[in-house]
Amino acid sequence: MLNQNLPFMILATLSVFSALMVVLSRKPVHSVLYLIFCFFTIGGHYLLLNAQFLFAVHIIVYAGAIMVLFLFTLMFINLNKELEPHKTNLVKAAATIVAGTLLLVMVSTVTDTGNILPAQVSQNEVGTVAVLGKKLYGDYVLPFELTSILLLAAMVGAVMIGKKKTES
Amino acid sequence: MEFIIVKFVLVVVVFLVSLGIAAYSTYAERKIAAFLQDRVGPDRAGPFGILQPLADGVKMFMKEEIIPTHADKGLFILGPSIMMMTACMTGVVIPWGNTLIINGTEYPVQITDINIGILYIFGVVSIGVYGIMIGGWASNNKYSLMGAIRASSQMISYELAMGMSIIALVMMTGTLSIGEIVKQQEGMHWNVFVQPLGFILFIVCAFAECNRTPFDLPECETELVGGYHTEYSSMKLGFYLFAEYINMFISSAIIASLYFGGYNFPFIAQLGLPHNILTLLGTLIFFGKVFFFIFFFMWVRWTLPRFRYDQLMHVGWRVMIPLALFNILLTAVIVLWQNGQFN
Repeated sequence: MLNQNLPFMILATLSVFSALMVVLSRKPVHSVLYLIFCFFTIGGHYLLLNAQFLFAVHIIVYAGAIMVLFLFTLMFINLNKELEPHKTNLVKAAATIVAGTLLLVMVSTVTDTGNILPAQVSQNEVGTVAVLGKKLYGDYVLPFELTSILLLAAMVGAVMIGKKKTES
Repeated sequence: MEFIIVKFVLVVVVFLVSLGIAAYSTYAERKIAAFLQDRVGPDRAGPFGILQPLADGVKMFMKEEIIPTHADKGLFILGPSIMMMTACMTGVVIPWGNTLIINGTEYPVQITDINIGILYIFGVVSIGVYGIMIGGWASNNKYSLMGAIRASSQMISYELAMGMSIIALVMMTGTLSIGEIVKQQEGMHWNVFVQPLGFILFIVCAFAECNRTPFDLPECETELVGGYHTEYSSMKLGFYLFAEYINMFISSAIIASLYFGGYNFPFIAQLGLPHNILTLLGTLIFFGKVFFFIFFFMWVRWTLPRFRYDQLMHVGWRVMIPLALFNILLTAVIVLWQNGQFN
């Protein structure tokens, strides 16, 4: 049993560690890099659940595309100690209370759920491309298409907002 | 047990061959440049200058290693490491040959044929961008940063068109596994004949992804000193330059296996040779194709001038992506028509 859980344990430790380092790092660029590492470890969890397609897409989209844009923006902004906005004690106290309450809610939810069953990985085909494609374009075709229209609308909206006004 | 030994041998061989070919690509590059410019090229180290890559390697190792005082030390070292690692990782899913029969069991000459092979390559390529970005940022130098930003925006832009040009191929073959795609191109049924537009789009994007001329703006000497590796010296610089040659080799191998039939060659069944000999012959022919594309990369480098940055972005977003979308549409219609959906 221990042997079976060993990859999961290593991955879980690494994800928790990197997630903590995202918050604890002093430099914003380091935070982003730890976040990328965290995405990799979460991708590893997908692999353990035999969802290879999800793993590949997760790495390409999140680690490969979105985080590159994050890093890009951070490099341009060039955050450093002198330019760091100074927070008053009131803001710090408010932030602590809000975050603490959120933690409390989450802990209580976890304790209330009772027994969590381990994920069933008995069917080997679940996460592969062929099965996923048939599910998405068969059983879930309407939600899938609606989501893509929503994304398209958001994209057009972003282009409209970002567009330079040539007249006026 | 035998399975593990065969795979281990394959991994080591692929790794060493990638490094060897990359090293000799630097020599080939200089010789081809010399040939195209009517010069002799390197001819001092060994006969015909054949030991030149070794001399270059020794020189790189012997140079003084400098890390700038204001650089982020950890990330400064991490940059070239990521670059080198991602360059070596993609060789895993490429089918270098058909199957070899050892003691009655068949072993494919491919390290692993995962069913998401193409996506794996895209994943690794998208991670490669970090090598440049981290290196450029950690150098704490404005030219490095500008070079890194140029490189990453270029790579992100062309990754899109590259992905779309592959989608058309995937729609036609119906699989994401590279081994399967190569198997389908038996004899002369090469994908380049049915996907000519996709092939042109893919090879242009491959040039851009490898930062090769005419897309080598990230290291444009006249504007940016050395680009993202301005501050690098010694073997760290060597790794950046070397990774570019490995990438070129791997790109050529991917182009050869996706569009030019991989290890397949015409009249393969008529030769009547034993299976293992045919496999070896196929592998040799595959390497012939790969060398041709490496030569093509160099030929283009010493023929075409560099794009301007706005031209680069214009080509990427306004030409390549619409063409790729058109190609997807066209392929979809043809595939449906062949399946008899319009009758």
